[in-house]
Amino acid sequence: MFTLSAAETQAFALSLQVAGLSAACNLPLAIALSYALTRGRFPGRRMLDAVVHLPLVLPPVAVGYVLLVLFGNRGPIGHWLFSHFGIQLVFTRAGAALATAVMSLPLMVRAMRISLDNVDPGLEAAARTLGAGPLDRFLNITLPLMSPGILAGVVTAFAAGLGEFGAVITFVSNIPGETRTLPLALYTALQTPDGDAAAARLALLSIALGIGGLLLSEYLARSIGKWLGR
Amino acid sequence: MLALSIRKMRGSFRLDAAITLQKPGVIALFGPSGCGKSTLIHCLTGLETPDEGRIELNGETFFDSQLGIDMPAERRGVGCVFQDSRLFPHFTVRGNLTFGAARTQRPAYIAFDDMVELLDLRALLERRPNRLSGGEKQRVAIGRALLSQPRLLLLDEPLASLDHARRGEVLPYLETLRDRLAIPIVYVSHQFDEVLRLATDLVLMRDGSILAQGELSELSLSPALRSMIGMDLVGAVVNAHLLGVDPDTDIARLSVGQGELKVAHKGLAAHGALRVQLLARDIIVATAQPAQLSVRNCLAGRISKIGSEQPGSDLISIDIGGETILARITAAATQDLQLHIGMRVWALIKSVSIQGHSFAAPAPPPRFIATE
Repeated sequence: MFTLSAAETQAFALSLQVAGLSAACNLPLAIALSYALTRGRFPGRRMLDAVVHLPLVLPPVAVGYVLLVLFGNRGPIGHWLFSHFGIQLVFTRAGAALATAVMSLPLMVRAMRISLDNVDPGLEAAARTLGAGPLDRFLNITLPLMSPGILAGVVTAFAAGLGEFGAVITFVSNIPGETRTLPLALYTALQTPDGDAAAARLALLSIALGIGGLLLSEYLARSIGKWLGR
Repeated sequence: MLALSIRKMRGSFRLDAAITLQKPGVIALFGPSGCGKSTLIHCLTGLETPDEGRIELNGETFFDSQLGIDMPAERRGVGCVFQDSRLFPHFTVRGNLTFGAARTQRPAYIAFDDMVELLDLRALLERRPNRLSGGEKQRVAIGRALLSQPRLLLLDEPLASLDHARRGEVLPYLETLRDRLAIPIVYVSHQFDEVLRLATDLVLMRDGSILAQGELSELSLSPALRSMIGMDLVGAVVNAHLLGVDPDTDIARLSVGQGELKVAHKGLAAHGALRVQLLARDIIVATAQPAQLSVRNCLAGRISKIGSEQPGSDLISIDIGGETILARITAAATQDLQLHIGMRVWALIKSVSIQGHSFAAPAPPPRFIATE
């Protein structure tokens, strides 16, 4: 039963690719956002907070639709990207990664904020009196101390990214080999007569990935905790 | 060296303070919680900004509201030791110690090895802060601050989070630093016994303003201090010199003013200038030279002042020849003995009541010189 068909392997590889790309692109953005939202004092902070967290409460299909409007070939951003750089996002795996990134960004930011809230600003103040400038403090004190949250955020966002369905199928459709990720393949299998076995295989694969990811993050969190002297 | 004059409003709280320190030594900021000590020192470090005023150290302006100068904290070179130590948990003790050293532009006047030696940190170097006791953490924090080669060391209630035994563990190190550093130390505390032991100068703060400042021995006589520490702890702090120790009885003889005191030698430094606090409540006033008493210490002097501090009790200032001591007696006794200013009296002091500690020994060890 556990030999995957070529199409299923392809969907699996594509899922890893899309989730990996979206997590990698989100990482610096999420670090900057979590820092700004936790430590920053600027007008519009609450608004920014709301916008970042919007995908958590919106139907994923709505997010996909908004992306389609903005990044579609005739959308304001999509048109600009295509005419200046020849980049097309709709119906491509880069587009799938974008949809996944938008959906998983709030998860990543949340995990990092929890961690950042636990970093004593007094340590940053101490570093300051010892002669460390802003970037120095951030790189040598804040960033290492919030690393458990960064790790948790990346793992959560990656795992959620593997399973992103609604926003992806709305924005980039369900194209085999290009945008048909694991959940889309699973959905397709369910729609196909005699697709039960394939659906079961894909579901099991998703479960295995989830458990593997959780165990890995647990292990990494422990090693980081030890390294941080907790 | 240090000149500070700042004002800052925070909500309904107003800080309006000016302090100066001209020589190396320990200037203690003493006052109850909420008196503005923390705001004041945060303004000094640059972690907070005053509304207006001026802060200057060794001729360099840290802050000047009129000239629009506000030097960032990381460039001020004010070494800080915080109450909660604030060691970086992801570095070893060694990593913490070298953090500031690696970032300073100032010439080094304390070497890593000397500091490790001075604070007994050798055995701790490879440990993480989570494996240190409270006292050890504070020693590391002190070393870390000093290795950034600061121009001023600021100790913000460094012993407040420690229990009595741990405090006793750290205090001697602070005394050593006071006697060996050539930079000014600002020591913030609300524990008068720490102040008594460490400070050379005292600044009394209450409700955001400074009540009095000056040398400790001078301020020990001030009514402002009395109102803060309560009558039971009132006592003149006088300078004393060790004259000799009787090897048989282990009793030390100290010269104080024109007189002489005998105290238990235990706990006193082996040699040097001492500072002794004589609690006002422990002093008995006699109008004739006493004889046949068990009290060992008797200082002759003249009454310089009679003050009524509380109903029913008087505080008598007695000039014992260059030093003034305080005695608290009942108002009835003042009446009966017909005490008056200029009257010759004898102050009887139980030797056990003397608290002393060495201070600025006559042949001091070489100080670490801050090269400016």
